Amino acid sequence: MNAAPTTRIVTANWDVPDVVGIDGYLAAGGYDGLRAALAMTAAEVIDLVKTSGLRGRGGAGFPTGVKWSFVPQDTGKPTYVVANFDESEPGTFNNREIIEREPHRFLEGMAIAAYAVQSHLAFVYCRGEFLWPGEILDAAIREAYAKGVFGASVLGSGFELEVVLHRGAGAYICGEETALLSSLEGYRGQPRLRPPFPAVEGLYASPTLINNVETLATVPSILTRGPEWFAGIGTEKSPGTKIFSVSGKVERPGNYELPLGTPLRTLLEDHAGGVLGGRRLKAWTPGGSSTPMLTEEHLDVGLDFESITAAGSLLGTGAIIVMDDTDCIVEAARRLVQFYAHESCGKCTPCREGTWWVSRVLGRIQEGYGRSEDLPLLDELGENILFKAFCALADGAVSPIQSSLRYFRDEYEAHIAERRCPFTGVGPGGVTPAGSSEASANEAGLTEALT
Amino acid sequence: MAGLSDGGRRTAEAIIARYPAGRERSAVLPLLYLMQSEEGRLTQDGLRQVGKLLGIRTAEVEAVASFYSMLRMRPTGTHVVSVCTNLSCALRGANEVFAATRDAAGVEHEDETSPDGLFTVHEEECLGACDAAPVVQVDFANHDRVTPERVVELVEALRAGEVPSPSRGRAPKDFRDASRILAGSPPRAGAEEAT
Repeated sequence: MNAAPTTRIVTANWDVPDVVGIDGYLAAGGYDGLRAALAMTAAEVIDLVKTSGLRGRGGAGFPTGVKWSFVPQDTGKPTYVVANFDESEPGTFNNREIIEREPHRFLEGMAIAAYAVQSHLAFVYCRGEFLWPGEILDAAIREAYAKGVFGASVLGSGFELEVVLHRGAGAYICGEETALLSSLEGYRGQPRLRPPFPAVEGLYASPTLINNVETLATVPSILTRGPEWFAGIGTEKSPGTKIFSVSGKVERPGNYELPLGTPLRTLLEDHAGGVLGGRRLKAWTPGGSSTPMLTEEHLDVGLDFESITAAGSLLGTGAIIVMDDTDCIVEAARRLVQFYAHESCGKCTPCREGTWWVSRVLGRIQEGYGRSEDLPLLDELGENILFKAFCALADGAVSPIQSSLRYFRDEYEAHIAERRCPFTGVGPGGVTPAGSSEASANEAGLTEALT
Repeated sequence: MAGLSDGGRRTAEAIIARYPAGRERSAVLPLLYLMQSEEGRLTQDGLRQVGKLLGIRTAEVEAVASFYSMLRMRPTGTHVVSVCTNLSCALRGANEVFAATRDAAGVEHEDETSPDGLFTVHEEECLGACDAAPVVQVDFANHDRVTPERVVELVEALRAGEVPSPSRGRAPKDFRDASRILAGSPPRAGAEEAT
């Protein structure tokens, strides 16, 4: 994958041929972690994962073992495990590659989780657009049944586990765990009020454990190599490794697994080959488009939950989107807010209406029709969305707005003062793009509508 | 009124059987995919049939179908070409790829489907393959690092009745075939005896 030495856990076998199939996976020591788990009590497995300090890789970073311990037993209802493979946070693509390269590592982790919470039915919620990864997973599940890994007696232990692959149908919001449950139950993918938390009342109002694919794929190695080994990697509060998805203006976009706490500079320069064409780093997201952008001054910040939070952003999914000094920040922010406007489920007014208005205001600024009042207006719109909606999608929409204004307010001001985009020259103060006069007139009309 | 074929009906029953007893409604998405694979899109009649299979109202089925972008209730081309224009792809030239796709497919103005009914061109959100930006999906099969020139080749190949090889995996024949895959495979061998 790259020249520099790294500690690789989830991606350890990515250079090994044939680990996509179960025979190759078994030959590489696969399912030894599940065997080890089955020889322990469920409570011991949970304690072991707690001791490792593993934190959820899907964005929130909640301690995995603690989450498992929240699932009550003896409720008289079935307990479910749901694996979240609805990977759709812009810039994030590590779950997909885990499944494409070594699906059984994830399935093994899911089986360990199911044993730990004593669940006999696990669902994998696979993003609809992942047509091919879904086919790989489908084949892997069949192989696992055929080898006695799933079914009435997991690896001969007497523990039963059935696994169902469920495909989504194109909705970012379904990555939010309660929206995912609504979708899996056959409804529109809209989030639900918490509490009750899914651990207590999740799928079909029953105890449910939901974990991300990368989180689950990390678990088998913790069983085989021990929690102390895992806790010794990374930082004290963010142990282990993380697969960072690097995209945008870099020489070698890709997934790179590194210990948590590795500075961006190391990831960018030693692994991803630096900024494309040797240009200057302008802005980057540490954890996908929902996390506030950082800048060149944050190159030496460690990529772990605490350090990134201290720097004013969030580690999120570890998806690093890199922009260079030729990229227009207003255009980038506009594109990201358009995404949230499109993906808002419509449940909450601040999100549904707010993202729509913000994308219009950003649009007119980008096209050279902005006014000086627009910047305080954007500040106000951001404040009226942040923490005012049901779920974190709305907060994610505010990240590109507030962070781009924090670091690049001068660039917004230049768009307004020059009445054109300083990068493209397009706007009434510069050149007029071919065939866009109508669109621009509409934007100008919106200026009136907003006053 | 097109309805489910006998084979389709058996598949529908197998899909419903994936979910726990009393939780049949969970099968609504795969059943909608199945209906979409038979009709090339979702019609009112298709929604009604899914409702009948699940014992819920057509309006409830429509409420679900209208929420998800991969379930299509509008006229839809034989092939759906999706171009990601989210940030990672846009930084690598996706807007030009999207414009070239619309031109090549003959999609005009604010439309999304070409007048000849061959292509629906969809401006897509992040497809989770940003290392290969700009990313295009042809009937949900990925094509990596697509240039405006390459997307013209893809569209022309489809027009000539070919199925372009995707960057990974196998390509569905068309949008209906993709929908059939998304509805899920037939049950595992032996699973029926087990239940």
